This record gives sequence, structure tokens and C-alpha cells, in this order.
Amino acid sequence: MTDPGTTTAFEASEAEATGDTAVTHHTYDVVVIGAGGAGLRAAIEARLRGKRVAIICKSLFGKAHTVMAEGGIAASMGNANPRDNWEVHFRDTMRGGKFLNNWRMAELHAKEAPQRVWELETYGALFDRTPDGKISQRNFGGHNFPRLAHVGDRTGLELIRTLQQKIVSLQQEDFARSGDYESDLAVFHEYTITELLKDGDRIAGAFGYRRPTGELVCFHAAAVVLATGGVGKSFKVTSNSWEYTGDGHALAMRAGAKLLNMEFVQFHPTGMVWPPSVKGILVTESVRGDGGVLKNSEGERFMFNYIPEVFREQYATSEDEGDRWYTDADNNRRPPELLPRDEVARAINNEVKEGRGSPAGGVYLDVSSRMSAAEITKRLPSMYHQFKELADVDITAGPMEVGPTCHYVMGGVEVDPDTAASAVPGLFAAGEVAGGMHGSNRLGGNSLSDLLVFGCRAGAGAAAYLDGLGDTVPTVSDESVTAAREDVLRPIQNSGGENAYTVHQELQQTMNDLVGIIRKADEMELALKKLHELADRIPRVAVDGRRAYNPGWHLALDLRNMLMVSECIAMAALERQESRGGHTRDDYPTMDENWRRELLVCSLRDGEVTLEHQGQPAMRSDLFDLFEMDELKKYYTGDELGGHRSDAPRGTERGTEDAGDEAERSSTSVETGGDPGGELTGGGA
Amino acid sequence: MGYQAKFKVWRGDAEGGDFVDYRVDVEEGEVVLDIMHRLQATQAGDMAVRWNCKAGKCGSCSAEVNGRPRLMCMTRMSTFGEDEEISVAPIRTFPVIRDLVTDVDFNYTKAREVPAFAPPEGVAPGEYRMSQVDVERSQEFRKCIECFLCQNVCHVVRDHEENKEPFSGPRYLMRIAELDMHPLDVRNRKEDAQEDHGLGYCNITKCCTEVCPEHIKITDNALIPMKERVVDRKYDPLVWLGKKIFKRQELEKRGPAGARSLDAPGPDNGSALDADRIGHIEERGGAQA
Ligand SMILES: Cc1cc2nc3c(=O)[nH]c(=O)nc-3n(C[C@H](O)[C@H](O)[C@H](O)COP(=O)(O)OP(=O)(O)OC[C@H]3O[C@@H](n4cnc5c(N)ncnc54)[C@H](O)[C@@H]3O)c2cc1C
Ligand code: SF4
Ligand code: SF4
Ligand code: FES
Repeated sequence: MTDPGTTTAFEASEAEATGDTAVTHHTYDVVVIGAGGAGLRAAIEARLRGKRVAIICKSLFGKAHTVMAEGGIAASMGNANPRDNWEVHFRDTMRGGKFLNNWRMAELHAKEAPQRVWELETYGALFDRTPDGKISQRNFGGHNFPRLAHVGDRTGLELIRTLQQKIVSLQQEDFARSGDYESDLAVFHEYTITELLKDGDRIAGAFGYRRPTGELVCFHAAAVVLATGGVGKSFKVTSNSWEYTGDGHALAMRAGAKLLNMEFVQFHPTGMVWPPSVKGILVTESVRGDGGVLKNSEGERFMFNYIPEVFREQYATSEDEGDRWYTDADNNRRPPELLPRDEVARAINNEVKEGRGSPAGGVYLDVSSRMSAAEITKRLPSMYHQFKELADVDITAGPMEVGPTCHYVMGGVEVDPDTAASAVPGLFAAGEVAGGMHGSNRLGGNSLSDLLVFGCRAGAGAAAYLDGLGDTVPTVSDESVTAAREDVLRPIQNSGGENAYTVHQELQQTMNDLVGIIRKADEMELALKKLHELADRIPRVAVDGRRAYNPGWHLALDLRNMLMVSECIAMAALERQESRGGHTRDDYPTMDENWRRELLVCSLRDGEVTLEHQGQPAMRSDLFDLFEMDELKKYYTGDELGGHRSDAPRGTERGTEDAGDEAERSSTSVETGGDPGGELTGGGA
Repeated sequence: MGYQAKFKVWRGDAEGGDFVDYRVDVEEGEVVLDIMHRLQATQAGDMAVRWNCKAGKCGSCSAEVNGRPRLMCMTRMSTFGEDEEISVAPIRTFPVIRDLVTDVDFNYTKAREVPAFAPPEGVAPGEYRMSQVDVERSQEFRKCIECFLCQNVCHVVRDHEENKEPFSGPRYLMRIAELDMHPLDVRNRKEDAQEDHGLGYCNITKCCTEVCPEHIKITDNALIPMKERVVDRKYDPLVWLGKKIFKRQELEKRGPAGARSLDAPGPDNGSALDADRIGHIEERGGAQA
């Protein structure tokens, strides 16, 4: 059982000085870390703009987390209800995020999502159709109109396969020209990046290892796009896979970028709760969007008891009205099962706590009494399959048992909305790893659209950055490579240290129990203490065996990222003394409008996570005017409300519906420094 | 509820290896993948296993369990007797990297050789119209999670390394069928399948269909209809040639697919796209203030 390549590399690394020979080097214009929706869309855009691009990912190509997305992708195409448009989508997104969202991101997202979805059809995607042949759109929590384009309940699979096939199509073009499929767009799958490399302030490349062999690799590139997804593996009960160790968040921090909104972690209300081994696996929100109802052990549709004040006007107050809404949405209000996720998750948590839960500690989600068996297996095929195979439950015959599961992190790398650029020149971030877009809580379906809109912008942003670089191309130093290599080899060189799996389990338990869905100051202080203990233990974790496909070694390296991200979450959660969206404090149970302006920002100083307050820029006035004063009052302090259209003298008052007229739009683009000449590759002019 | 199960797991690499015996705890409701994870956490920290979703959605965890190609995450322990010995081995058709992990690059190479979707000319994004019944045929094939189990069992390549060159396997023949049935694809796919991807090697044994965890009717719905159409075409050489030349010309006329996205006109959702603030990146020099 020898593997010559690996042995050589290993010996070389022990022979310190000659170690460099064991590192394989690659050079590209843009390196995209992550092959989910955001990464692939970024890579496509950068390649279309003439850059040589490498895509790097930890699992096989086509298996990134995006593949698991079920319900759909939100875009105001207006196919199901022609009254939908970007303004309504923008409002829904801001409401869902409790007005903490970066409004410019929410604006770009709402405006560009339809175009990004339609574009997928030109790549070969096949969405479900409306009777007139357009893309069908379904209802989802927090979306005022049926807005989610979908393919049954496997939308993420369609998205990733379509993008994967578009990459292949670009590679075929390159092959026709150069004779090499990978001349301009190459995929390095089963590679993990462990460090970003810099030249002074600027990004110069990325260091990592090839999982099957343990070979060490160094990518030289002046622009790096992070599209690494989320952090869920720091929690015990989660819908996330092993990939979600917060690598991108930690890489960005170590490179000098900032993370914002890390206290906001979305617990999806409906994860499986039984059997224990599948606890946390997602039950898509489409089950509720298509008519599924939540009941407690007493058979009560308890969500009617949990409609919060800010949403009173938009949700039905009786079961009859809620039921009518599915067929006549214009004249009825939606059922409270479709409240934003944070509300539903808290409600379920409370029902269980007060003793009205199911035997396995969840509540009941039922479609069997609401739809025919044939309709269920057609509209929710993979849910049917999942429960049948994993829990031996037939969802066409009886209810599912569900409970909250850690699902999505709203927090992430602070970026410039238009270009996805971080504070570090040459470093871009898009998708779940980027922060701001979703504020304190993400609406279902808004992630897949986020991936496409900002993935595309990140690719364009990286290309523009490169065009502006001129001759001053950054270079990777030998010292930075040596340092990165030492970090990677440490767990193998350690002897007699702790088992990585044990430490991981402790970390997950800590976050789950002490910084979970309902938070208290003393528990979070305890969590931070435990995290500091773990910080001492993690560098001493030791690994058996060799570097070739050794999951123990992989986990040992991921631990430091999970730890850093967990610290950010716990520190920010302790600091924010209010409850908002994905952050619920037992000791500060209400939303406080003074906190709406405050963003909590984490960065690394001398190796320590530090937390700072940062002001939220005020919303541009035309966007502000899209809301009614009565609604804004629920979120804003009095002195922030000045300048709303309702203050304007009589006669000039603008209505919500026409706020997007032509005149206003053009003033918008001037105000935001719009670039109507289309200076897309203008090299930073 | 729990009990100790007897497992034999293949451990080794390209140089060789063997089954290793393990005794391991099993809890209620678990699947084979859970047991592999328990082994990693307690007895074999360096055991190589691929997985992602643990819910039958990503197609990563393919292996041969008691000799049968399965997804480990969808193979429940309750389907075995408590004292039954359970063997877990890597899928056989592809070279072993380590333990349960194999080198599946063959599949990615074949995927790259199937000509991409050829969109209709003159139909702008947002103007695609297709009816549900028409998309459903291809949608069935797009359920594929690329677990490569069908590729693994197909006898054309399972024991015949030499056929890997001319034969793309059921998954990629199905991909060609999918594009062929796509309501708007304009390329002629029949000769691709027959001449470049070895459709003729398939003798419709249906082993691929039997193992597909997505229950896609690969043989009946993709391979057989393709074969029938290839036959029709072969008997009518003039039609075949004419169509082929027409399609080729149409494709050549079009030039490279794809344009820079933010240049395109705004979509009809009421937004004028003030999209083009990419150029300002230098002057801003990083994140928003
Ligand atoms: C079960 C489930 C269902 C969901 N359903 C929906 C839905 O219906 N609608 C919706 O909008 N959203 C949904 N979401 C959320 C959405 O799927 C994710 O937020 C989104 O897919 C994230 O995409 P991404 O491109 O940011 O990253 P991902 O798709 O997660 O990809 C991350 C990539 O980064 C790579 N990577 C990470 N770290 C490294 C490293 N160190 N080195 C190299 N590569 C690395 C990974 O290998 C992977 O390729 C769902 C999520 C889950 C878990
Ligand atoms: S039906 Fe054809 S492709 Fe499928 S296993 Fe048999 S020979 Fe292979
Ligand atoms: S067709 Fe079925 S068996 Fe073959 S790769 Fe796809 S999902 Fe797997
Ligand atoms: S882990 Fe995804 S299919 Fe088994």
C-alpha cells in the first residue's frame, strides 16, 4: 500500500528547506473557490469577459450544496400573478430581513433576478411551466405573490446541472479554438483551499491540497472569488453537509476582510426529527407553500396564535380565510404557516417547550389531508421519497414530524453590492458566504436568486478589477507558501493529540445548546468560554494515517475555521441586545428600533476575533418611498422617518405603485453613480 | 434498540487491499452511511468515504453493499438481519482511489463530449415558451443525481476496460436523449448517440434502470426511443443528410454562445437595470463605506 507521489511530498515537507518542491503550482487570472450556484455563475461571467478561470471545490463537480436546494428560485417574473414586479420583491425581502438588509443588494437582487433566471433557459434549464408555456411560479413564506420558479422539489439540482452544463459548453468552445477543453476554464474538484495568499494588501493567490492524494497546491491569481457557502456544520442539528465548515468566512477574515451580521443564523422551521440519524435533514417549505399545515399534538393549527404585530395585516386570522387564499390570493390573506422562517421556527420551538409537541420532539406537518396522493407525489416527489426511504412514513397517508434545524447563515463577508468586492483588493465574495443581502432573515427562494445575481456580479467585478491592474500584478511570496504549508501539515506531524471527531462533536454541541435558536447572555458567555478552551485544543489535534483521502486530516484542518466562525456568531449574538429575525434573545425578547441602524462587524486583529459596531447607511429615498409610513414606523426611530414621501407637500405625493416610473429610475442611476455608458470592462475608470 | 452489527469494509488503494472486519453499534433508524461515519469517528479515522447530502440528492455515496450497487445514505440498516454480515465495497467499474472512494473522472470526460444545448436562434431570454407535457420527458432524465451507479453496472464497461473509449454509458446516452427531446434544442442528436457515444453497444439489458436510485426509466424512456429513431434515420439517408447539413449550417452561423450578462437589456419586471456599476471598483477600492 504505497503511494509514491504522496510519500515523496511528505518526506520533502519534513526536509524543511527543500519543501517547496512538493507544491504544485497553477496560474490563472481568476480563481473561484466554490462550485455551487454562486461560484459557477461567477466563473461563467469571468470567462465570458475573457479571463482564464479556475474553479476549485471540495466535493466532486456538481455536488455542491446548491444541489440540495428544493423549493425554488425567487424572481418577480410575474408569470403566475402579473401584479408582481421588482418593487414588491424588494419590499418582501426587506420585510423578511426586518429592514436590516443592505438595501442596495436587495434592490439589485430584486431587479436582476428575472433576467438571471431567464438566462438559465438559454443554457438549457427546464423549469415547470404555466398553462401558457411560461416558467411556473409557486408560493413561499414571506413572498407576497407566487414567485418561486421551480422544478418539482429539486430546483437546486436543476440550477447546478444547468450551470455545470453551461461550463461544459464554454469548454467545448475553448476546445474548438485551442484543442484543450481546459485552456480557459478548468475545474479542480476535490481540492480544499486552506489559505489565501497576499502580496502586501492585495490578493495574490490561494493555497490548498488535493483531497484524493494529499498533494499540496498553490494557485497564483490576482483575483479570487469566494463562493464557499455557509457554516452549518458548527451546529449539531443542521440541514447542511460536511462542506459547510465556514471556510470562506474564515479565509476572508484571515486575509483581512470583515464579516457582518454573524449573529443571524437561520433555523429552518421544518427539519426531520425522526429517526435520530436523519435529525435536521430538510423538509422543504414548498410543503407549506402548496397547502401543508402545521398542527400540534392537540390537533390545533397553532400558527394562528403566533402572527406578530408587524405582520398582522398581511396574514389570515381564520382557517377559512387561509384556505381560501390558495385559490383566491387577491381577495384573501395568506395563512400564517407562510410567515417568514424565523417566526415559524420560534412558534414550533414554543409549542414543543409548552408540551404540545410530537413524540420525537417536533410538531406535525400535514399534506395528506389537503391534497390527493397523486398530487403530492407529483408536486413533492423528493419529499415523498425522502420520508418513505428514511423514516418509513408515507406522507400521502399521514403527517410528517418536523422541528427547527440550522439551515443558513445570513452573516458573511462585507462586500460592495455592485461588484461583490470585499475590503481586500482582489478578493470578492458571493452567495451564502457574502453578508448583507438578507439582513436578519432570508426568505426562502432568495438564496438561489442571490447566487445568480451576485455570482454574475462577482465574476464581472473580478474581471474589471484585473483590467484595472495594469502591470502591477501581485506575486506570491515563498514565505507565505511555507507558512501555509506548515499549518496544513501540523495535524499529521502532531503525535498523541486529540481525535478530531471528538473535538468537532463538542463544538457542535456547544453551539447547538448555547447559541442556538433561543439565546441567553449567560449561556453565550459559557459558550465563549468553551470555545476558548477548544481554541487551545484544536492546534494539538493529531491525525492517524497518510494524506491521501484522509477524512480525519480534512476535519482537523476544517476545525479552526469552524471555531473562528463560531466565535464570531457567539460574540455578535451576545452583543446584540434585542430579538430580530434569525437572532432571538430570551432576555431581550423584542425588536428594538435603535438596533436597526447597528451592524455588528467581526474582523481579526493579531489573531483574535474582534467585534465592532458599524452604522447602516440610510436607505435611498426612492426606495424608502416604496413603503408606507405605517409600516416603516414599526422598524424605524422617529428621527429616521423624515424625508418620506408622506412628508412631501400635497399634490406632489407619489404613490407606492408608481414609484418606479421612468423619471425616477434615471435619477436613481445618477444618484448611485450609475454607469449608463456600460463601462463594464472599463478598467476602473 | 441498538445492537452490534458485523461489517466487512474494503480498505485499500490502487495498489490493492482487502476486506477488514468491524463490529460496530447500530441505532434505530440508521442507514449504512451512518455506520461508516461511526467507524470513522471511533475506529477508523482515516477511512475514505464520499458523501454530501445524506438524503439521496447529491449522488456522492455510491458503493456496493452486499454486492449490490446502492447509495449508502439510502440503504437502511433495518433491511438487514441483526446477525447478517454486511459487506461494503467501492463501486467496481472505476479505479479505486482509497477505501470506498473511486476515480469517477471517466464520467466527467464523457459529459464533456456531449455537445451542449443548442438554443434556438432569435428567441430572447424570457421568451421561451414550452408546454409542461413537452418538458416532462426531458425533465425525467434531468432528475439524474449523477451517482454513476448505472455507469457502474452496465456490463458494456463493467468488465471491459476497452469499451470505455467508444461507449459513454447509460447516463450520457440518456443526456443525449434528454437534449434530443428538449422542445427547443436545434441540434441533431441521433448521429451523436450512435456514432460518437456508442449507442449500438447497448443491448437493452436494463441493468442500468434497475439500479437507478431516482427510478428513471433509462432504458425504456431514453435508450430504446433513441435506438428507434436512429434506425428510422438510417433507412432514410437523404432526410438524415439534409437535416444534418441544415443544422450544422445553422450552428456555424451563430458563432460562440453567450454574451456578457450585464450588457443585456433589462427584464420586464418593471426595473430599468441600473446594472452597470462594475467599472467603479478601482476608484472605490473595496467594500462599501
Ligand atoms: C436542504 C437545503 C434546501 C435549500 N433549499 C433552498 C431553496 O429552495 N431555495 C433557495 O433559494 N435556497 C435554498 N437553500 C439554500 C441554498 O441552497 C444555499 O444557500 C446555496 O445553495 C448556497 O450556494 P453557494 O453557491 O453560496 O454555495 P454552495 O452551493 O454551498 O457551494 C459551496 C462550494 O464551495 C466549496 N468550498 C467550500 N469551502 C471550500 C474550500 N475551503 N476550498 C475549496 N472549495 C470550497 C464547496 O466544495 C462547494 O463547491 C437550501 C439549503 C439547503 C441545505
Ligand atoms: S440497458 Fe444498455 S446501457 Fe443499460 S445496462 Fe444494459 S447495456 Fe448498459
Ligand atoms: S441515471 Fe440514475 S443511476 Fe444513472 S447516474 Fe443518474 S441517478 Fe444515477
Ligand atoms: S450522500 Fe448524497 S446521495 Fe448519499
